[in-house]
Amino acid sequence: MDAILAAEHLTKRFGENPAVVNDVTFSVAPGCVFGFLGPNGAGKSTTIKMLTTLLRPTSGTIRVAGYDPTTHPGAVRRAFGIVFQDPSLDDDLTALENLEFHGILYGVPKETRRARIRELLALVDLTDRKASLVREFSGGMKRRLEIARGLLHHPQILFLDEPTLGLDPQARNHLWGHVKNLNRDEGVTVFFTTHYMEEADNMAERIAIIDRGRIIAEGSGQELKQKTAADSLEGAFLALTGNTLREETGGSMDQMRQARRIWGGGSRR
Amino acid sequence: MEMSAIYVMWLREVKRFTRSRSRIVGSLSQPLLFLVALGYGLGPVFRKAGQGDYFAFIVPGVISMSILFVSLFNGMQVIWDRQFGFLKETMVAPVSRVAIMGGRALGGATVAMMQGTIVLVITMIAGFRPVSVIGVVLGLLVMLLTALLFNALGIVLASRLRDMQGFQLIVNFLGMPLFFLSGALFPIAQGSAGLRFIARLDPLSYGVDALRIFLLGHGIFGITLDFTVLGGMIVAVFALGAHFFSRMEI
Repeated sequence: MDAILAAEHLTKRFGENPAVVNDVTFSVAPGCVFGFLGPNGAGKSTTIKMLTTLLRPTSGTIRVAGYDPTTHPGAVRRAFGIVFQDPSLDDDLTALENLEFHGILYGVPKETRRARIRELLALVDLTDRKASLVREFSGGMKRRLEIARGLLHHPQILFLDEPTLGLDPQARNHLWGHVKNLNRDEGVTVFFTTHYMEEADNMAERIAIIDRGRIIAEGSGQELKQKTAADSLEGAFLALTGNTLREETGGSMDQMRQARRIWGGGSRR
Repeated sequence: MEMSAIYVMWLREVKRFTRSRSRIVGSLSQPLLFLVALGYGLGPVFRKAGQGDYFAFIVPGVISMSILFVSLFNGMQVIWDRQFGFLKETMVAPVSRVAIMGGRALGGATVAMMQGTIVLVITMIAGFRPVSVIGVVLGLLVMLLTALLFNALGIVLASRLRDMQGFQLIVNFLGMPLFFLSGALFPIAQGSAGLRFIARLDPLSYGVDALRIFLLGHGIFGITLDFTVLGGMIVAVFALGAHFFSRMEI
């Protein structure tokens, strides 16, 4: 079967800086749960942004559900759902409104929408707070709402960018349980990133490890462990990516880029 | 799909506005200041010069001013949403970005029109009398068109900018001349040839003029020209915004 998600020689460079994503090639089979792992600043989120039409690649090609995001963004957007790494809620709306608006934007029919919202609010334990403004929520509650929103429509491909960051073990369990069901019952392809290696080992059928913009290993969790003679995925990950700490360059680099051009465009293309 | 996206984006703007009392009150202070200081302050001079009731003369101008600035500044919401992440949510939605932008502009225009209406009501309490009820209804239409034009312009600017300070500077840089050269505060016909020429290049002039025709019963460009310019500008700015919005990266 053809891959539902594929990148070939994918590269992204901001201005004159070294490539953030450098000649990355991978493919994901339909219905697969794919783990995309790497240290901070390795290029995970940038790759996801390119796959989800938010950034245009500098070079290389992408196929999402058979379409190229740069030429057919509409068709690609109809194929996926995403839980972003950083917040993307509207703080001035209530939890319920955030979910409702998402459902309407994604064309989920009213009956289904109502039913799923009820189910998801229960899943993330926010039923009692659905009428509160998101602004009043704690960080953990916002995160849970964000996840509920991402699961509201059932796409062909679900991107989860560090979905469990900041969740307690209970919420984490609920989330993965739900994702597993989606994958099993509806054949949703899952593409996720995480820093919790146990999670990746449990969930992912295939894993790619990216470091400094390049994919340095790919295979099942078992294969990666054998390859590095490690007894856990965490050991394998450390063996592959080394022990040095990485700086989270995303934030400060964003700011630098921002300062450099008040007017957008320019250096970007 | 596209229609419901426009509706949702519109609803969001309206909900946010009606929930924020400080926004409603805050954006009223400037027009009221103009009405009181200029309307009452310069009124006697204007009358002596044989130009009639200055307060009534600037009512359409001040309403247009409040719509202009509320609309332009509404573009800041885009930068805000980019910073707080909500923009991403709308940018990956399976609807065209033109619909997203259109819904935003329509919502912002509705909000600006509400503000303009509040200013109108206040002037009526202060003694202003529009020529007819139909005039007021048509005046609301003019307010909506003016608001749509400058909302779209605000969004175009915001789609190219990343920081709020820069946006505020540019909106003031642009908004002030648009306002002061539009004939909102003085009769263009009496100005010098140079000023008359510049005023004719200012799209806000046509909004002010149309509003004056419907609320006071007289203007200088004529309603056909006013609507043609406003309509043409709306189409042009929307086309530009649609282009930028669909090319926007996050």
